[in-house]
Amino acid sequence: MLHASRITDRFAALKAQQRTALIPFVTAGDPTPDATVPVMHAMVEAGADLIELGVPFSDPMADGPVIQRASERALAAGMSFGKVLDVVREFRSRDGETPVVLMGYLNPLEAAGYARAAERAAAAGVDGFLTVDLPPEEGEGFVREVRARGLDPVFLVAPTTSDERIERICGEASGFVYYVSLKGVTGAANLDTGEVAERMARIRRVTDLPVGVGFGIHDGASAARVARIGDAVVVGSAVVARVEANAESPDALPGVLAAFIGELRAAMDAETP
Amino acid sequence: MPKLTNVKAEERLIGRHPDERGHFGPYGGTFIAETLMRPVAELRDAYERYAKDPEFLAELDAELRHYVGRPSPLYHAHRWSQAVGGARMYLKREDLNHTGAHKVNNTVGQALLAKRMGKTRIIAETGAGQHGVAAATVAARLGLECVVYMGAEDIERQAPNVFRMKLLGAEVVSVESGSKTLKDALNEAMRDWVGNVDDTYYIIGTVAGPHPYPMMVRDFNSVIGHEARAQVLEREGRLPDACVACVGGGSNAMGLFHPFLDDADVALYGVEAGGSGVETGKHAAPLSAGRPGVLHGNRTYLMQDSDGQITPAHSISAGLDYPGVGPEHAWLKDTGRATYVAVNDDEALAAFHACTRTEGIIPALESSHALAYAVKLAAGMRPDDIVVVGLSGRGDKDIQTVAAIEGIHL
Repeated sequence: MLHASRITDRFAALKAQQRTALIPFVTAGDPTPDATVPVMHAMVEAGADLIELGVPFSDPMADGPVIQRASERALAAGMSFGKVLDVVREFRSRDGETPVVLMGYLNPLEAAGYARAAERAAAAGVDGFLTVDLPPEEGEGFVREVRARGLDPVFLVAPTTSDERIERICGEASGFVYYVSLKGVTGAANLDTGEVAERMARIRRVTDLPVGVGFGIHDGASAARVARIGDAVVVGSAVVARVEANAESPDALPGVLAAFIGELRAAMDAETP
Repeated sequence: MPKLTNVKAEERLIGRHPDERGHFGPYGGTFIAETLMRPVAELRDAYERYAKDPEFLAELDAELRHYVGRPSPLYHAHRWSQAVGGARMYLKREDLNHTGAHKVNNTVGQALLAKRMGKTRIIAETGAGQHGVAAATVAARLGLECVVYMGAEDIERQAPNVFRMKLLGAEVVSVESGSKTLKDALNEAMRDWVGNVDDTYYIIGTVAGPHPYPMMVRDFNSVIGHEARAQVLEREGRLPDACVACVGGGSNAMGLFHPFLDDADVALYGVEAGGSGVETGKHAAPLSAGRPGVLHGNRTYLMQDSDGQITPAHSISAGLDYPGVGPEHAWLKDTGRATYVAVNDDEALAAFHACTRTEGIIPALESSHALAYAVKLAAGMRPDDIVVVGLSGRGDKDIQTVAAIEGIHL
């Protein structure tokens, strides 16, 4: 490999420490463009290992109500793809280590142009793209541009994904793959760790990539259960719900989210030797 | 001369396009989250199988004939044509179908497919409520549970259709997200489907969505064009010079156009909703004034801002109030096989009145857009020229809207 990415380096370091990664998701610009960078730093200080940064979109088809509303707040506050990159650039001025993956939908990237979107993202300090409505079958053009800038294309694997497709997806992905542990949209409630463990075994048979597990993790206990089986625990709606609850007082957000991430981190660390 | 009774379902379903992955040139495709890949693949396999299954096809034909009331007439609008003083205008009377619009052609087909796939629950999105009513109708007919997603704004505007769906046993869910209109109802139906794939079948109401929907919805509606083609040959002994249909998502237009695609001398005109005027930005005309992008599972022309955010559509007609359009229309536009134009609210309203007063037919406001353009077109043609217009639905549902515009309280 010509280029070891920040994501690959981070997972390698965590593996050496036998530590499961904690990956919080926040929507960039929720509730205001200025609120996000302090939140990102606070979460890293409280134990986040990688950040998934949501790029707001007007029609977030695969998200539940909590993340939909986050997109609406961010767009109402004037967020755009360019401003998301400003957030990353500002974050990078103080943190050169923590990987940042942009998670969102394809149309803003189509509007920017694939090559230009990848170029600008790389320059801002982005490490990867997780584009929810872009399966590998349609992703060739975008993935080529992302890889050409040394960024990682991250893909989803679902409970309904066949073994054949898991192999194909893992062949296209780098950095990590993201196993969505439920069939529903983001923020749905229940979590069957038995089923997740069985699926994880099938994914690991075809890839050495780290596997993140997300959708349905909402507290220390559920994070700890998933920490036993995944290489990374992804927490989205539970984080965003706390942003929403404090949307009127953005200054309180770093403290609130640091406390929540700290709680998850402690519960996860208690699980791993 | 082909008789329309000979146009069997087996000759209608699965046309040449798209390719096996659902692409119409650069448009269409399968842009969905991984969680939906399997249900969409299962649907594609089931459709490809049953579209060739003689029993399925016979049942579809019987339902269309005895339940929907097909074939629908091709009516010569004699008085109106004379008043315009140009080409002979024929109206393809989809307004005479059961439930009053072309939408039922598709819901009958998809509900039969749902039943074959062992699904017990139907979900649908709706804007004006016509597709919701058509879905609720076939769900009642087949004994399937039905949930219809409808934007909160549209529920306000379309109270009679909401009540109609409830009478038919459907649950109508109010969608409060985004712009609270059709596009948001589609998002919400997709979310429901992701969470309930085992027992649920999603009936999309137009030629949009991930493959196979644009192809399948077109195929189920192509009965419109197949009948019209046979009917005009029977009446006039030749093909028409032009076909005109309104385009929101574009299912009635695709259904009318598709059987004429190989007839190079038949001009095809899709009429988008120009709202207050395309130049004002308040319209629903992505083919006329949008640019390509990805939404709702496919690549097509969209109304969007420079950041790729979808912008709200505006039209007097709730059924055309959609910021996207079926991907095959995008392809027909780029290849030049069809021409897309926009008709403003006031022009559509004038055609609504003219058709009502001259022919004794109250057209839907959606269809009135096609009628308005057809009149303009016909006026510049010779008296022996022929124009076929898709009269996609009846206008009873719109009388409150028209009354309100004219300051009349019903």
